[in-house]
Amino acid sequence: MSFKFNKENEEKFQKLLRRYPKIDSLMLPCLWMIQHQEGWISPETMEYLAEKLNKSPMDVYSVASFYTMFHLKPVGKYNIQVCKTLSCMLRGSEDIKKHIEKRLKIKAGESTQDMKFTITEVECLGSCGTAPCVCINDDYIQNTTPQMIDEILDGLNRWSN
Amino acid sequence: MIKKIVSKNFDIKDSHILKIAKENGRYSSLEKLFSLSPQEAVEIVDKSGLRGKGGGGAPTGAKWKLIPTNGDKPTYLIVNADESEPGTFKDRQILEFDPHLLIEGIICSSYAIKSNHAYIYIRGEYVFWAKRLQTAIDEAYEAGILGESVLGHDYKLDVTLHRGAGAYICGEKSALVESLEGKRGHPRLKPKQKEPEWFFDYPSVVNNVETISSVPYIIKEGFEAYRAFGTEKNPGTMLFGLSGHIQNPGVYELEFGTNMLEFINKIGGGVKDGKKLKALIPGGSSCHVLKADELEGITLDYESLRAHGSSLGTGGMIVMDETVSMPHVVKNLFEFYHHESCGQCTPCREGVSWSDKLMGKILDGQGTKKDLDTLLSLSFLLNGKTICVFAPSVAYIIDSYIGKFKDEFYSLVK
Ligand SMILES: Cc1cc2nc3c(=O)[nH]c(=O)nc-3n(C[C@H](O)[C@H](O)[C@H](O)COP(=O)(O)O)c2cc1C
Ligand code: SF4
Ligand code: FES
Repeated sequence: MSFKFNKENEEKFQKLLRRYPKIDSLMLPCLWMIQHQEGWISPETMEYLAEKLNKSPMDVYSVASFYTMFHLKPVGKYNIQVCKTLSCMLRGSEDIKKHIEKRLKIKAGESTQDMKFTITEVECLGSCGTAPCVCINDDYIQNTTPQMIDEILDGLNRWSN
Repeated sequence: MIKKIVSKNFDIKDSHILKIAKENGRYSSLEKLFSLSPQEAVEIVDKSGLRGKGGGGAPTGAKWKLIPTNGDKPTYLIVNADESEPGTFKDRQILEFDPHLLIEGIICSSYAIKSNHAYIYIRGEYVFWAKRLQTAIDEAYEAGILGESVLGHDYKLDVTLHRGAGAYICGEKSALVESLEGKRGHPRLKPKQKEPEWFFDYPSVVNNVETISSVPYIIKEGFEAYRAFGTEKNPGTMLFGLSGHIQNPGVYELEFGTNMLEFINKIGGGVKDGKKLKALIPGGSSCHVLKADELEGITLDYESLRAHGSSLGTGGMIVMDETVSMPHVVKNLFEFYHHESCGQCTPCREGVSWSDKLMGKILDGQGTKKDLDTLLSLSFLLNGKTICVFAPSVAYIIDSYIGKFKDEFYSLVK
């Protein structure tokens, strides 16, 4: 097995061990660390984690697959998450989604061929008062308009070229 | 109408930074706190009548009293920052503008229940807010406000921030604890008698961010001061949210007992673009919808909303104008619940997915009267037969929307 926590994550792991009554609680924090390190959570990394936490790989898979933010397959470099729940729907999230789909020429749930962008439809992001809300990787875009989307996508394209 | 207790510092520039927070009263309740015994602190909170702000309105003092006081086992405070009920975005205001208020509340509450370690479970999407809160926690450690000896007193307190990873159901308190134990977020069966939550084998309390943030005022100013606001059964204030078709969306702290329509029209600025109000969901998507003509006389407190056939919930109101199609709203909500069911109980797992499919068929113009009857009968299947109240919420949606906007639904079917 070749996957290992990098130094920073290993140190974090050792620190976290002291902050919970049982090692079991480290499951979610460790899955986050793996995802940050690798971009997604592969079967190999789950085996690694299982050994570290004294669990079976199936236990780890069972937990990882329960939570929508853990990627069990690779996603685009920029994961564009469009909130589709009620308050955002009332404020035009459907139009925002269509606009992004048109610009990237893919549908929600798909990634661009170069794996630069993924569009994901998500449920309420807790930003209903500034709807419609879109979240690109970790960053919230609020009161989103098609113009804002254009500016951001243009920027991201320019950057990574 | 507006009464700022929890939101007092929201408009102050840089109020999230320790220095500014302290200049504006943060941590000033601790002197009083440490002059009290833990039992006395519990008693004050109990007498204040503080009710949980996470949606249920359970009395906080009574909950704390379930924790055994003999000190045999460690106890834990677990703060619920999962905030994912559609229409709800209030706790994040506290995390963004006054994280030190939450930490101060955690110190007061942990001291009261004799806990030396508190966990804050924050929804995974709140990355910005988790960073802001972690920075505040680090500042507090650095300043000796957290750690081995809180401000030099004989009291040790650690605070650990724990990130969720995208699952609405983890806001339910027992699912949250399961998740904190590193498992899938499956709600637990409710015990026969009232019990603490059990984090592994340790008695614990789960409270919402806003509940905990209300505690410093009560400790510092006393329970009478808190009771001076609100109503007899609903003392104090709550953060109410406005979203959807409203002119001024946002979060506003109001005294309990405020007239709902007055709030919507005066502070909310009425329905967006001068349109007419059609319906409103009072406290997050899991409560019964109210028609515009049902709002007359409603005041914002648990009893009034119950008397009017809905509930106060999280106080996150979703406003819908005259152009909104109710069948589409129901489909939108079904998709949410379909996606978020934890899948443990058959009636919920199957019933919610079936409801979603039926509604899709009806909106596609393929539905029959019988499909609507089936949908209405699914409400019976979903209500009262499951581990948690997630499934009953879906039953409320079926009953209240189809019941109140019958024609809109029946006109779609053959
Ligand atoms: C399906 C479901 C979702 C919930 N989501 C949340 C939530 O996101 N945040 C929250 O504080 N409480 C939520 N609750 C309520 C909690 O179970 C619990 O009652 C609350 O955190 C207790 O704190 P309080 O008494 O301070 O309100 C939810 C309950 C249910 C049934
Ligand atoms: S009612 Fe639904 S969400 Fe609640 S425990 Fe059962 S399956 Fe899970
Ligand atoms: S409905 Fe989109 S953020 Fe709440």
